[in-house]
Amino acid sequence: MELSLATRAVGEHTVLEVGGEVDVYTAPRLRERLLELIDGGARHVVVDLGRVDFLDSTGLGVLVGALKRLRSAGGSFALVCDKEPLLKIFRITALDQVFPLHPTVDAAIAADSTGA
Amino acid sequence: MATVKLSFSPAPVHVRTARLVGVAVARRAGVREDLLDEVRLAIGEACTRAVALHRQYGLADPVYVEMSDTGGYTVRVVDRAPIEAGLGLAALGPDELAKESLSEDALTTGVGFALLAGFVEDLQVRPVDEGVGTEVRMTWPAGRA
Repeated sequence: MELSLATRAVGEHTVLEVGGEVDVYTAPRLRERLLELIDGGARHVVVDLGRVDFLDSTGLGVLVGALKRLRSAGGSFALVCDKEPLLKIFRITALDQVFPLHPTVDAAIAADSTGA
Repeated sequence: MATVKLSFSPAPVHVRTARLVGVAVARRAGVREDLLDEVRLAIGEACTRAVALHRQYGLADPVYVEMSDTGGYTVRVVDRAPIEAGLGLAALGPDELAKESLSEDALTTGVGFALLAGFVEDLQVRPVDEGVGTEVRMTWPAGRA
């Protein structure tokens, strides 16, 4: 399935819903969208991976890039993911210790707002 | 015994095709359903790595993939990049991953290797027998009823 990207605002947070396959071919589009959001002033970004059915190292690289960019700009970055196959990818790569991972968008925003 | 061979121009768009073919052949070979996600990811990572190396070295040669069901399901992904580029990869720890100084390419390479090593129990990365290049060889248990 092709990559799908949809953005919505929830208070101070920008939620980017990603769907389909994030791989070496589609990841550049995800990178562009994240850069557009950050360059456009978004400082608290939540990426919802709920509808992602494939994620590879290139996609993970893009997500880490966004995390670093936002942190250095004084912002925050969190991921929403509750699918076991994807969570396993984060564990195996040790990226579960790098990203704030939450089961729902509400949980991600609540944790970010309280500074957790 | 069944063998499926695939070679593709080193372009990112074709990696998905290799994944789809690899999983279809795995299913035919009798690889367990619950392993297929890992097979898909590992073939994708091996092909992504090969495509990245060919692009890095400006090589137009195709990436070669061979799938065979002799003694398990074995997938070989062969690139034609200089060997020193392909070997000696190391997985990165969380502190290194979060470092500002780590480039996205370096991070992707390290993470890709961690995924291969984590998802493939029987993994070999070695120089090709003839000419220049590296072979990533992955084997999963398979038993056709």
